Amino acid sequence: MLRLIMTRVFLGCVTLFAVTLLIFAATEILPGDVASAVLGQGATPETLAAFRIELGLDRPAYVRYLEWLTNALQGDLGIAMTNKREVLATITPRLYNTLFLAGYAAAIAVPIAIILGIIAAINEGKWIDRTANILTLGAISVPEFFIAYILILVFATNLGWFPSLSTVYGDMGFWQKIHVVALPALTLTMLVMAHMLRMTRASVLAIMSQPYIEMAFLKGLPRRRVILRHALPNAAAPIISVVALNLAYLIVGVVVIEVVFVYPGVGQYMVDGVSKRDLPVIQACALVFGGAFVLLNTIADILAILVNPRLRHPR
Amino acid sequence: MTTPILKIQNLRIESLAGDVLVDNANLSLMPGKVLGLIGESGAGKSTIGLAAMSYARGGCKITGGQVEIDGVVIQELSAEGRAQFRGRRIAYVAQSAAASFNPAHTIMDQVCEMPVHHGVRSRIEAEAWAVEMFRTLELPDPESFGARYPHQVSGGQLQRAMAIMAISADPDIVVFDEPTTALDVTTQIEVLVLIKKLIRDYNIAALYITHDLAVVAQIADHIMVLRQGKMVELETTGNILHSPKQPYTKELVEDRQTSDVFREIILKADREVILDAAHITAHYGDFEVLKDVSITVAKGETVAIVGESGSGKTSLARVIVGLTERSSGDLTFLGQTLSPALKHRSRDDLRKVQLIYQQPDVALNPRHTVGEIIGRPIKFYFNRTADEVRERTLELLEQVGLPADYIDRKSIALSGGQKQRICIARALAAEPTLIICDEPTSALDQLVADEILKLLQKLQDELSLSYLVITHDLGIVRRIAHRTAVLLRGELVASGATGDIFKPPFHPYTEKLLQSVPELRESWLEEITAKRAD
Amino acid sequence: MAIQNSLKNPPISAKIGMVILVVFIFFAIFAPLIAPYGEAESIGKTWASPSAEFLLGTDNIGRDMLSRIIFGARMTLGVATACTLLSFLIGITMGLLAAVAGKALDQILSRFVDLMLSIPILVFALMILSMFGSSLFTLIITIGILDSFRVFRLARSIAINIVVTEFVEVARLRGEGLWWIMVREVLPNALPPMIAEFGLRFCFNFLFVAGLSFLGLGIQPPFADWGGMVRENGRAIAFGIPAPLWPAIAIGLTTISVNMIVDWILSINARPSGASAEM
Repeated sequence: MLRLIMTRVFLGCVTLFAVTLLIFAATEILPGDVASAVLGQGATPETLAAFRIELGLDRPAYVRYLEWLTNALQGDLGIAMTNKREVLATITPRLYNTLFLAGYAAAIAVPIAIILGIIAAINEGKWIDRTANILTLGAISVPEFFIAYILILVFATNLGWFPSLSTVYGDMGFWQKIHVVALPALTLTMLVMAHMLRMTRASVLAIMSQPYIEMAFLKGLPRRRVILRHALPNAAAPIISVVALNLAYLIVGVVVIEVVFVYPGVGQYMVDGVSKRDLPVIQACALVFGGAFVLLNTIADILAILVNPRLRHPR
Repeated sequence: MTTPILKIQNLRIESLAGDVLVDNANLSLMPGKVLGLIGESGAGKSTIGLAAMSYARGGCKITGGQVEIDGVVIQELSAEGRAQFRGRRIAYVAQSAAASFNPAHTIMDQVCEMPVHHGVRSRIEAEAWAVEMFRTLELPDPESFGARYPHQVSGGQLQRAMAIMAISADPDIVVFDEPTTALDVTTQIEVLVLIKKLIRDYNIAALYITHDLAVVAQIADHIMVLRQGKMVELETTGNILHSPKQPYTKELVEDRQTSDVFREIILKADREVILDAAHITAHYGDFEVLKDVSITVAKGETVAIVGESGSGKTSLARVIVGLTERSSGDLTFLGQTLSPALKHRSRDDLRKVQLIYQQPDVALNPRHTVGEIIGRPIKFYFNRTADEVRERTLELLEQVGLPADYIDRKSIALSGGQKQRICIARALAAEPTLIICDEPTSALDQLVADEILKLLQKLQDELSLSYLVITHDLGIVRRIAHRTAVLLRGELVASGATGDIFKPPFHPYTEKLLQSVPELRESWLEEITAKRAD
Repeated sequence: MAIQNSLKNPPISAKIGMVILVVFIFFAIFAPLIAPYGEAESIGKTWASPSAEFLLGTDNIGRDMLSRIIFGARMTLGVATACTLLSFLIGITMGLLAAVAGKALDQILSRFVDLMLSIPILVFALMILSMFGSSLFTLIITIGILDSFRVFRLARSIAINIVVTEFVEVARLRGEGLWWIMVREVLPNALPPMIAEFGLRFCFNFLFVAGLSFLGLGIQPPFADWGGMVRENGRAIAFGIPAPLWPAIAIGLTTISVNMIVDWILSINARPSGASAEM
């Protein structure tokens, strides 16, 4: 089993490396001429030429890639083109903010979603299950900004409990942060919780259809025991996958939420960078998101290996 | 007069869609006696067995009648009351042990669960009892067997563990649901003997569910014949076997008997050899799956290849057909060498050897009509016009005994037997010389299988077809094979005219095979056990 | 106990879904005929409340909200449909090829797709759109290709299960070529399970395009689309004006409708699980 895990970690590293290649290719190789892509159609040939020299675009692609990669590994993520500040300096506090927001949402969403998902599954067809189905269906069908705006309308504009813009700054107190970030966290929570609940429910239902569950009932065991001792231990692996999948989805959902609430995180930084075509910013943000994604997926796979009884006790 | 330990009256079970699965079933089981429930698939036997435990699978509902265990009407109890009966008074042994054990817990945990939960034994007592039972049922390392996980032990061992688990809470009744159907013929015998011993030692009343009349004859005191949810006949085993009253029962008994009797089929001499497989070896990776196997098939003859799972019989068929490449050896068909790989063979080579599969459901594309299925080979091999194809398809449908209007129907709604006929018609459409039949009737009900075998024989007489029949069922071999080859773990252990193979002196494995097939006599099991004790 | 859903008996939710969807499709096709005002007519006050004149009020530069929503259906639904069709075309073709054409091709395609799926789709889309601009063409191609990777995975796994069946082996044994096996044997069996997936991918792409438009990177003005409309009217919410909610509701209704129809399709063959066994 250890070998399996090491293999998976190795695979994760390889994927990470491939992701950096992909990011570089998408932003510097595919467009062909990066200069006109970034500066736009209106740029004069002289501006374009100056731009190319400044960014070293006259050198071959693989040289540029290696330089970019080695710099990034050492912490040098370049200089933003728009405000000439070091990308690393800007992105670090923003990364912390994004993680705070994501963690805030995950801490609430994950336990509630799993518990409700299990309850819905074991009460298949009854009113609890149907209500959960309808509510979650609604939640995953509407865009994130819709939920965000409704929450702002109700809790910020009408009730005034929370601010509609979530600006945080470095030395804000913890509880003050919790208050200011409450609405974006709540939005994110509702979104992710709905997905997680549905997937957890589906996984548990799949387990409940297994023959050994029928056997457990036929042994005369009470329902609670069957679910707790027979169904849930086997549901652990699929539920872990569901959580990991949704945490990865959380990373993406964060982007839109940060924009709606003007929250200073990596998501908002990237959207700004994209609209201004700020190459180093785009690349750095893509690296952060891509890296986090790969990391989460690798952890999920490793956890799934650890929890699988067939792999823990081989023949 | 003792009261029956289990009494079912007027039981009616329906599916959610309204189909009646069990209609007015009545039975009465005395302590220590065994009642066999026999019938074809869909007869409702498992449903009745589960209903005795007051359980209906998702999608079914008990709509009428009542179940009494030791005088207590189960329906009148609460859900908790019913749960108390399950496991403690009546237990269940499923068909597949591998699927019935929870992969997340050890075997010991699961075997001890019932006695501890129902308060029959403490955990320590239960474990000690379990270890004793492991020893009695000859499981390896009885002391440490329980610490293993289900995926770490073999299927046969797990089956025995399941039987032990079932009686762990000292139930009065055990429902055995096809406990040996999924096992190899030779393993089947051992498990059957052990079940009989358990029933005797613990004075258990048993419902034994199976589709094989010969198996149930060994173990049951009474037999109930079921058909499409209704009871056809309920009699002592002796009466069912020797003087069945209902026509359906008679059919079942006679059909099963024909498999026991060997009918000498005369081999005509000097027949042209069409297939000559010489010294075939084949590998799956490093594993040698066929070791120097040689076989020939002559025109108009049926050659059977017999063996259990792992014998290599299916691999041999795949080598002949080209799906698996042979590692060495020669394969000659109608005088021409056949290349090892499928993709190197000519279209005509491929045409002349056709394959019929075990499961007709998966051998037919559910999205094609019957006409498309049968017509494609005609178009592909002979390039006929659409009208000619249709005409020929209608001919073929008639030849296999299917109505002409099936031509535009999709095959999914048809029965197993009808689907197999379509597969045969498709094979005939290619105008082949040799048809390889891979367990052609194993997935079919007994009477339907009988018709298919008769059809195959008729076609052989009409068209001078040769068959290579892969099977584990000696009954089929006895009925239709001129010559037989017996495979054991990739090696040919016996080969020759069927009559010669099944007469002494036997190769020890052939003898074991022959002895493992239950015959339609009540005393058969005792005789075999006695023979083995020598 | 739940009543069995069948092909001929859609539940209420699916019927409602179908009605709403038909209404929106109607909007999209006949917009110029049904909308009370033009797409870009600026004739009222900014963010006026709903009245008899403007049934849903006006937007940030005085255009009739209802008309904008009716016209917006064209772009929003149209682009999402185009993306999904493209992604299915690519995804199913590649998925089937991977399953049928041999292990080597399968490995190459699968590894490539795994790599592509290692980056969250939003991040990937943002990268591409930033470099290539957000023309309608680029948008559809980008989302179509990015979504095709998910479709590939599903199509491939469905196709692999079909390819190992005996009836495909029968075709192989006959000597049938790759084309016949893919198109006549595998595809007809692979399509039905993918119908529900089409609905789901449509919803995802629909929300995705709306999200991109909301960020200013999707469908660009002057085209009206619901996501862009939310963006334009976003500031109104701080004043308690529900203007951005109308297009957002339209988005939500579309997705809910499709989801309800998909739920119905998925439930047709579903059997109740052991959780509801009778005891």
